[in-house]
Amino acid sequence: MPEIRLERLVKRYGDVEVLHGIDLQLADNEFTVLVGPSGCGKSTTLRMIAGLEDVSEGEIWVDGRPVSHLEPKDRDLAMVFQDYALYPHMNVAQNISFALRLARRSRAEIDAKVREVAEMVGLTDFLHRKPGALSGGQRQRVATARALAKDSAIFLFDEPLSNLDAKLRGQMRAELALMSQSVQKNMIYVTHDQIEAMTLADRIVVMHGGYIQQQGTPRDLFERPVNKFVAGFLGMPPMNFLAGDIEVVGDDVFVAGAAFRIRLSDARAAAARKHSSRAVTLGIRPSDLKYDPDAEAGSALKLNVEVSEYVGAQSVLLCRCGPERATVELSSETPMALGATLTFAVNPDRVHLFNRGTEVAL
Amino acid sequence: MTRHSLNRMTPYMFIAPAALVMILALFYPIAYMVWGSFRDWDPSQSLSETEFVGLANYIKLLGDAAFHESFRVTLVFAFTVVSVEMVLGVGLALLLDRNIRGMSVLRTLFILPMMIAPVVVGLVWRYMFHATYGTFNRFLESIGLPRVDWLGQNPLLSVIIADTWQWTPFIFILSLAALQSLPRSALEAARIDGATAWQQIWFIKLPLMMPVLIVTMLLRLIDAFKVLEVILVLTGGGPGLSTEILALRIARTAREFRELGEAAAMSNYLLMLLMLLTLGMFAFTRWQDARAQRLRPAAEEEE
Repeated sequence: MPEIRLERLVKRYGDVEVLHGIDLQLADNEFTVLVGPSGCGKSTTLRMIAGLEDVSEGEIWVDGRPVSHLEPKDRDLAMVFQDYALYPHMNVAQNISFALRLARRSRAEIDAKVREVAEMVGLTDFLHRKPGALSGGQRQRVATARALAKDSAIFLFDEPLSNLDAKLRGQMRAELALMSQSVQKNMIYVTHDQIEAMTLADRIVVMHGGYIQQQGTPRDLFERPVNKFVAGFLGMPPMNFLAGDIEVVGDDVFVAGAAFRIRLSDARAAAARKHSSRAVTLGIRPSDLKYDPDAEAGSALKLNVEVSEYVGAQSVLLCRCGPERATVELSSETPMALGATLTFAVNPDRVHLFNRGTEVAL
Repeated sequence: MTRHSLNRMTPYMFIAPAALVMILALFYPIAYMVWGSFRDWDPSQSLSETEFVGLANYIKLLGDAAFHESFRVTLVFAFTVVSVEMVLGVGLALLLDRNIRGMSVLRTLFILPMMIAPVVVGLVWRYMFHATYGTFNRFLESIGLPRVDWLGQNPLLSVIIADTWQWTPFIFILSLAALQSLPRSALEAARIDGATAWQQIWFIKLPLMMPVLIVTMLLRLIDAFKVLEVILVLTGGGPGLSTEILALRIARTAREFRELGEAAAMSNYLLMLLMLLTLGMFAFTRWQDARAQRLRPAAEEEE
């Protein structure tokens, strides 16, 4: 299985530069997810790896060999497209076997391979259907099967699940996770859906504005985001951001905002002391806010409930915290009235601090 | 009459003028022609004075060697030009389906021949084919090759060249439109699957363009059977009967031989052939739609 390395990869369309020097190393058998909002350059990066877009500057190395001048067919990779890109005039078996037939494999070998991958994705009964006669989920399976049949070392996915409805997407996500465990390949997966990224990835690469913001394991990125963008992008409901100022009072360090004043833990306090400017953004995930009427003032937020979204066992409360807004989760059984002010305990070890100007984590 | 029934009449009132024009301009002449084809009809007679002869005109044509020859020339001409134009038009479309600077200008240039009046095309080519002053022969001479007597010795070839020049663009623009509406990602998938440029054309592009190509071909075929102006100007049907396509034969039968009934019968044979082609085209598109309709519910049920 190859090691893929992107070196200062730049993409320009005319005078517009959309990727500004991407450096990325993808290890063996790793499931890498490129995630970011639309227009962040993730699909462009993937398409450059595939050879469907020209590289404006920089190089793509596969096992130490530069490949950016090679045609897609000479790069030994398979790809699943967002719209599946099935050949509408071929039936499922012909779609799956197209690459093998082009490679002039023997009839017996092709038949065996088609049966094997069709079995894997559950398409055995549909081999003679044309794509037009398949449902969205089945088409997605054909696209995956076609890529699997190729036996390439590199497996690319370009938003493969975003054309499916929510329920099917969850199901296919689980199937993909299962498949990625059994298939030893270098997988690169592009999505804008942070849940797909978190659940599937060995390593997440968060992109924004044509730059890599941060890469690492899902846990790394979730617990130690390097900037406000990554912090706000991963996690559902998203992290709350509140503007505040650092106040040093003797041994204690506080972050004080319009409607809160929270004492930092020792580790966070040390980082905050080193920080040159006082203006920070405090980041707290909804999951780190616990409803607790008795919480002491130095580690609590008082939130005024504006909207309650009932989603089952939990309700998501959209609240006001002074002039700003915050989201919390609350057990639906807790008695609560709209307009009430509730106290939530803050876990001081799990708060995040960002420079308010540069948005970089302290 | 109640207001309600008046309201229901409204749409018919709106289409009435158009329907009237259709009846006067289309159905009346056709009916007149069909009626005339059953009569022994000289142009000096009015139709009511003529003698009813049943199918005599049609039967006579079946044994008429000149009509056979004319029919054969028409078939050869139509199938040859359509085949050549299909190959050239689709080939050009495949070549020019890319984004190069100035491509839109090039595409516009390519479709110019189609916009020129057929009579003008005929005159231009007649000059170019001229045995002594013609462009082609002067060119052949300048590179040391013998002259060719285009219109004298190779009349059918000459008219085929002229028609190909004029109508290849028609197939070109329709093929290009078909190409550009192909799913981009399927072609990208083919590139990743290892297809060379030729294999992409052969296994993906052409099969996906096929519905458009078939309709285009039938349209062109229908048109080619009715060709008149270019050949009339270029060769007038000669030498001999070598380029006397049906439209010319009909015109001559009516005017030179003064056999209006026979000319009408000939027109009807041509009309039947064209109806057959048109029906074939409709049947093909209906079949396509029906197939798409049939597949859709099957997929939705299994969702």
